[in-house]
Amino acid sequence: MAFLRLIQFFTLLVLFCLNGSKGDEEFSEELLLRPLPDRKVLAHFHFENKVPSAETHGRHYSLFPKAIYQLVEKFQIREMELSFTQGRWNYETWGGFDPVSSSNAKPPGVELWAIFNVPLDQVDVTWKSLTHALSGLFCASVNFLESTTTYSAPTSGFPPYADNLRYGALPREAVCTENLTPWLKLLPCRDKAGLASLLDRPSIYRGFYHSQRLRLVSTELGIKLEQTLTIVLQPGYKSSSKLLQPSWSISSIFGRKVSGKCALAKTSTIFFALDRALVFELNKLGVKSEKIGVEAASNPAFELSVIPDKVIKEVNSSSSESLSILYGFSLDSSYDILDIGLTWKLPVVWSSPQAPFHATRFLTGSGNERGSIVILLRSTEYSAGVMGGNAAGDGCKLQVVIFQAVPWYVKLYFHTLQVVIDGRLEIVTEVVEKIRVAPSEDRVSLGVMEMVMRLPCSVKTAALTIEFDKGFLHIDDYPPDANQGFDIPSAVISFPDTDTSTYYLEENTTCSSLLLKFQLPGNVTQEKNTVLSYTEVLLVPLATPDFSMPYNVITITCTVFALYFGSLLNVLRRRVGEEERFLKAKAGRKIPLVPLLLNKLLAKLRGRPYEPTKSSSPSSPSSSSKKLILKVILVAGVAVGWHYYYG
Amino acid sequence: MAEKESEDPKLKPRLLVRIGVFIISHSAFVSVVCFTAGILALILLPVLAKNTYVSENALMPGSDNPMFSGHETMEAKRLVKDIMSIKRKSEDAGTEIPRVLAHRIAESGAEVYHHKFHAQKNQFDALDFFSGSSYSSMTQEKHNCNAHGVNSVGIIRAPQGDGKEAIVLVTPYNSTNIQLCEALSLGLAYSIFSLFSRVNWLAKDIIWLAADSRYGEYVSVSAWLKDYHNPVFISSHNLDNDICEFEDNPITEDRTPDIFRRAGTMAAALVLKVADTEKQNGKDTLSIYAEASNGQMPNLDLINVVHYLAVHRQGLRVKVNKILVLFNSSWLKVIGEILEFIGKIAKGLNPKWQFGISAADYVEGTATLASSIYNQALGVPTGSHGAFRDYQVDAITLEISPKLDLSNEARQSEFFLRGGRLIEGVVRSVNNLLEKFHQSFFLYLMTGPSKFVSVGVYMIGFALLIAPLPIVAASLYSEASKQDSTSGAHVPPKSRMWLHAAKTVFLVHLWGTLVSLLPSLIYQLPNRTALTSMLSWVSLSFLTLLALYGVLGSPYSYPSRPLSQNKEWAILKSVMIAFASIGLGTMSIINFATAQIAALLIVPMCLISRPLKLADRDKRFRGLMFAACNIVLLFIGFPPVSFLMLKGWSDGFGNSVGDFWNWAESLWLWNSATYLYLMMIHLPCWVLCIHVLLHP
Repeated sequence: MAFLRLIQFFTLLVLFCLNGSKGDEEFSEELLLRPLPDRKVLAHFHFENKVPSAETHGRHYSLFPKAIYQLVEKFQIREMELSFTQGRWNYETWGGFDPVSSSNAKPPGVELWAIFNVPLDQVDVTWKSLTHALSGLFCASVNFLESTTTYSAPTSGFPPYADNLRYGALPREAVCTENLTPWLKLLPCRDKAGLASLLDRPSIYRGFYHSQRLRLVSTELGIKLEQTLTIVLQPGYKSSSKLLQPSWSISSIFGRKVSGKCALAKTSTIFFALDRALVFELNKLGVKSEKIGVEAASNPAFELSVIPDKVIKEVNSSSSESLSILYGFSLDSSYDILDIGLTWKLPVVWSSPQAPFHATRFLTGSGNERGSIVILLRSTEYSAGVMGGNAAGDGCKLQVVIFQAVPWYVKLYFHTLQVVIDGRLEIVTEVVEKIRVAPSEDRVSLGVMEMVMRLPCSVKTAALTIEFDKGFLHIDDYPPDANQGFDIPSAVISFPDTDTSTYYLEENTTCSSLLLKFQLPGNVTQEKNTVLSYTEVLLVPLATPDFSMPYNVITITCTVFALYFGSLLNVLRRRVGEEERFLKAKAGRKIPLVPLLLNKLLAKLRGRPYEPTKSSSPSSPSSSSKKLILKVILVAGVAVGWHYYYG
Repeated sequence: MAEKESEDPKLKPRLLVRIGVFIISHSAFVSVVCFTAGILALILLPVLAKNTYVSENALMPGSDNPMFSGHETMEAKRLVKDIMSIKRKSEDAGTEIPRVLAHRIAESGAEVYHHKFHAQKNQFDALDFFSGSSYSSMTQEKHNCNAHGVNSVGIIRAPQGDGKEAIVLVTPYNSTNIQLCEALSLGLAYSIFSLFSRVNWLAKDIIWLAADSRYGEYVSVSAWLKDYHNPVFISSHNLDNDICEFEDNPITEDRTPDIFRRAGTMAAALVLKVADTEKQNGKDTLSIYAEASNGQMPNLDLINVVHYLAVHRQGLRVKVNKILVLFNSSWLKVIGEILEFIGKIAKGLNPKWQFGISAADYVEGTATLASSIYNQALGVPTGSHGAFRDYQVDAITLEISPKLDLSNEARQSEFFLRGGRLIEGVVRSVNNLLEKFHQSFFLYLMTGPSKFVSVGVYMIGFALLIAPLPIVAASLYSEASKQDSTSGAHVPPKSRMWLHAAKTVFLVHLWGTLVSLLPSLIYQLPNRTALTSMLSWVSLSFLTLLALYGVLGSPYSYPSRPLSQNKEWAILKSVMIAFASIGLGTMSIINFATAQIAALLIVPMCLISRPLKLADRDKRFRGLMFAACNIVLLFIGFPPVSFLMLKGWSDGFGNSVGDFWNWAESLWLWNSATYLYLMMIHLPCWVLCIHVLLHP
C-alpha cells in the first residue's frame, strides 16, 4: 500500500514537472556515467527538446529543430524511434534490467519504427515517404526500408503494440560520423558547447558499443524529441592492480573536458550512477550506503575528484538495503571546467541486474539447402529472486513475447515450431498463449512471427526451433557482396510482466528529464518500462552463383547464334541439284579418307576451294601423295622457320 | 571434268555422324591413342602446374605490421611452464589443464566454457553410412560413461563487430599425457588469443578451441562442431544417461556455469600444431595439411595466404605432403630429364616457350602430386581440419617444426615470435575478408607448396583416359548387330539382344551392393581378427554371388541361344564398359582423385578383356599376348591385390590380407565414397571381366 501511495506521489510529481513548464520550448542536456562490471564505463547522453503544440505556441521555433517539426506534421507521426548502432550490447555483463539497457540496447545497424496518426490504408505510403525523408536527413540508407520485403507491421510482438505501427531493421548498415553530424545538428548548441562538446569522434567510435537514437513523441500537448547517445568505453588507464577497477575521469575517457553548459539548455547535469548490485557489494565490503551518500568525495571505497551538488537515492519499497545512488553534478553552478574523475580504493566485483531470460539465437544445420533457427532462452538469477517473491511456488508464470521477422529467402515452416523446455519437448499449445504468423511471400513480404509465451518461473532453459528452407534467388536479387551471406535481423524478446522503472527521491524540485524517463516510459500507450532485449543478427549463407556466369552465358549464346546463322546461310545458298551431280561424280573416284582430309585442309589453308585431283593415269595417286608429303613438309618448315625468327 | 554418273548416288551423311562412324570403326587405334595421351597428360601434370597467387584482393596478406611482440612470447612461455609443471606434479592433468586454460582465457577478458563430450566408438553401421551422421545420436546410448573429454573454448567478441562471423583456432592436445610440443602449441595459441583480446581491428569473433585429443584429435573437434551446428535440446531421460552425468569435478567451480556459447557462422579455421624438431634443415618448417573427407579441399586462397606470409614475412620453409618413395625412383628421374631436355630444345627454338622444369623439380612435383592424389582419393581427412569441411568451413592444419630443440626456454622466444606473427597475419587477412572464401579454386591438386594444377587442366587427362570406354562399347555393339543382320535365320529384335547382358550386369552390380553391406554382418561375429573378418568377407561374398546365380540364373545359361557365341561376350563386354564409364564419370564428380586412380586400373582391364577361348583361334603369339595381359591386369585389378601391391611398394612387402580389412574399415568409418566406388563399381566390373574371360 505504501508503495502504491509512493507511486501516486511520483505521478503527481511527474505531472507537476510536465505541466510546470507549460507554454514554452524547453531543452535539457544530461549525461549519465556508470561503471560497468567488466572494467568499462557506460556514458549515456540524453538531450531532450520539448515544444508545445502549434495551437498554443504558434509555428515559430527558436530551439526545436524545424526539420523534425516538419517531419511530424507531414507524416502525422505519433511516435517514432530511429537508432544507429555499432557493436553489440553485452546483456550478460552490462545488464539487461535497467532503464538504460532496456531502452538503449539496440540491434547492430539501423532500426526504425513509427506509429502514424493516419488511416490504416495510408500507413504504408506514409512509411515509405518517411523512410526517404529520414534517409536524406541522416545520410543513411534508411530508404532501403521502403521495400515491403524489409519492414513488417507487428501488432502484438513489439512493445508499443499498436495497429498502425511499422517496424524495419537494416542490420548491415555501417554507422559512422556522417550519421552523427546530422544528429548533432538537431541540437541547439550542436557540439560547440555544453555536454555535446565532449563527443570527440575518435574516442567515441573506438568504444565497444555505440548507439545513437532519436525518439519522437507527439501528443496534443506538443512534441517531445529525445536524442540519446549510449557508448561503452574502456578507460585508458592501466590500473596498478589487476583486481582494482580502473580509475578514470571525463578527460581520460573522452579526451576532452566539459567547458560549460549549453546556454540554451534549461538544465545541464552530469550524473554518476552506482547501480543496485554495486551498492550492495559495497555494503557487503563494509561501506555503509549512508556513508557513500554523505562522504561522496572520499569514502573507503572510492574517491570522486569533484564534490557532487546533490546525492539522489532510489526509492523502492521492496528491497531497502541495496538501492542505487546517483551523484548529480550540475553545470549551472560556476564551474568553468568540470572534470569528474573516479579513483577506486577497494577492489569490487559485482554483476549487473539481468533480464529474466538471457536470449540467444543461432542457426543450426549446414549446407545450402535447409537449416533451422533456434532461440534459446536461459534463465538468469532474476526469476529466482524477484519473481519468486511475486507468486508463491509453482503457480508463478512469466510472460515472454517474441517478435521475429525473417526475409523471404529464408522460408520458415511454422508448423515445425518446437518448444523444448529443460530438455523436454512440450506441446506448443500448452506453452504458447498466443501466436500470430504471417508467412513470407516471395519477393513481396517478410515472414513474421509474433508469439506470446507463458513460461513457469522455474524454467532453466527453453529452446524454440523452427526449420527453414533456403530459397533460390534470381540473379538480380543478389545484393553486392552476396557471397558474404544474408542477414536475418534481430529478434525482439520482451517481458511484459517486468518493470524497470526506477524512482529517485529528489530534494530539489528541478525536474530532470533523464530521471523522469527512468520513472515513466516515454510514450503514452504504455504503463511501464518493460524489459526488451534483442538477439544476435544471423548470417545465412545462401547458394550463390558464379557471378562471372553472365559472361559465360553471353559467350555461349553468341556461339549458338553464330552456328545458327551459319547453318541458315548454308541452307539458303545451297543448290541441291548441283550437289547431287557433284556427289555422283565423286562416287566414281574413291580417295582414302586421310589424304582427302589433308587435301581439304591444305585447300583451306591456301584459301582456294577444294578441287578433287583429276586422276588421268593409274600412276597418279602415288605421285600426288608424294607431292602432298612434300607440300606438308614445306609448310611445316616454313612455319617452324617463321616461328623461330619472328616468334 | 569427267562426270561418270553412277546409278544410285549415296547421299553424304552428316559430318558429326561420319566422324562418329570413323572413330567407332577405328576404335582399337583410337582407344590406344587416347589412353596413352591420358597417361601422358597425367605424367605432364607437374610441368603444367601453375604458381599459386592470392586471388581475393580483400585478403591483403602482410599489409600490416605485426603486433605480436615480446610481451606475448612471455605469456606463452609462462603458460608452457605452468602446463609442464602440472604434468610433472599432478596425476590429474586431465582436469587440471582445462582449468588452467579457462583461468587464463577468463583473465584475458574473453568468454570461456568447457565442452564435455563422449568419445564415440566408431562402428560400421549401414544406416549410419548411407545417411550421414543423423543416426549416431541414437547409437550414442552405447557409449562408455568414462570415456569423456573436456574441450576448453574461449571466445573473443569483436568490439565493434556485429558477431555474424567467427574465425576458429584449434589446438589439439592430449590432456592425460601432454608432450612439450603440445604445450608449445597451447602456449602459442594462448599468446595469440590474448593479443586478439586487446586489438581493436577485429571484425569477426575469435574462437579458440583447445581440443582434448585423448580419444583422437578428430573426435574432439568433430564433437564440438556437432554441438555447435546440430545441438540436441531434448535430453533422453533413461537411467543410462543419468549415470553418465558428469560428476561435479573441480572444473566447474567458477561462478559461471558451462553454457555452450556460439559466435556466428565460421569463416575459416586454423588447426595449430607443433611438431618435433627436424634437425636436417636450417630453417623452421611449416607443413600444411588440407585434405578433408572425400577429397574436399579448402579454398586455395587460404593456403596461399599462409604460404605467402610464411615464406615472405616469417622466412619459414613451407612443406606439403610428399610420397618419399618416389624420390628414389629412377624412372621418374629419367622422365624428368627427358622433359627437361625437351624444355631446353623448345626454349632454344623460341625463348618464349618456357615450359621446361628441371628434373629435380619434376621429381619433387610428382611426389607431391602423388601424395595429393592419394590423400584425396582415400577420402580420409589428413587431420582434424577435416571435421570443419563437413560443415562447409575452410580449414587447414598448420604444423610448425622448429629447427632447434625447444626444451630450452631461451630458444622458445624466437619460435613463438615467428609462429605468432604468422598466425596473427593469417587471422588478420581472413578478418579483412568481407565475403566468404569463393574467389580461388576449390578443385585442385597441389604439386608443391606454391604450385597447383586446377580442375581445368587435370580433367583433360581423365577425359582422355575414359574416352575409349564409350567408343569401344559402341563399336562392340555395332559390330555385334552387324554380324547379326548378315547371318542368322532367326534374329531376335535388336532391343532384345542386349537384354540378357544387361540382366547379368545388373545382377553383378546388385551383388556389389550386397558385398558393401556385408561388413555390418561380419561385425556381429564373435572374437574376430582382421584376417578372419577379411576371409569371411571374401567367402561370404563368393557365397552370395553363387546364391544370386542360383536364384536368378547364371550368366552362361541362356534360355535359347539366339546369338552366336562370339557375340554374347561382346554384348556383355559392351554393357559392362558402358556401366563402368558411367560409374567413373559419376565418381569423378564426387571424388576426382579416386576416379583418376581407378581409371588407370579399370580402363585397361575392361578394354582388353576377351574370352580365353579365343586365344586358340587367333594367331598363336597375339592370342597368347592378349590372354597374358588379360590375366595380369585382372590380377592387379582385384582391389585387395592392388591395395597390397601399393602398400608393399611404399612400405615394403610382408603385409597380410587382413590389412585390406583394416583399410576398408577405415574407409567406411570416414564415410569415404571410395569405399562405395570400390564395392559398387570396381568389384562388379572385375567380376564381369572374369565372366568375359571365362566365357565358353
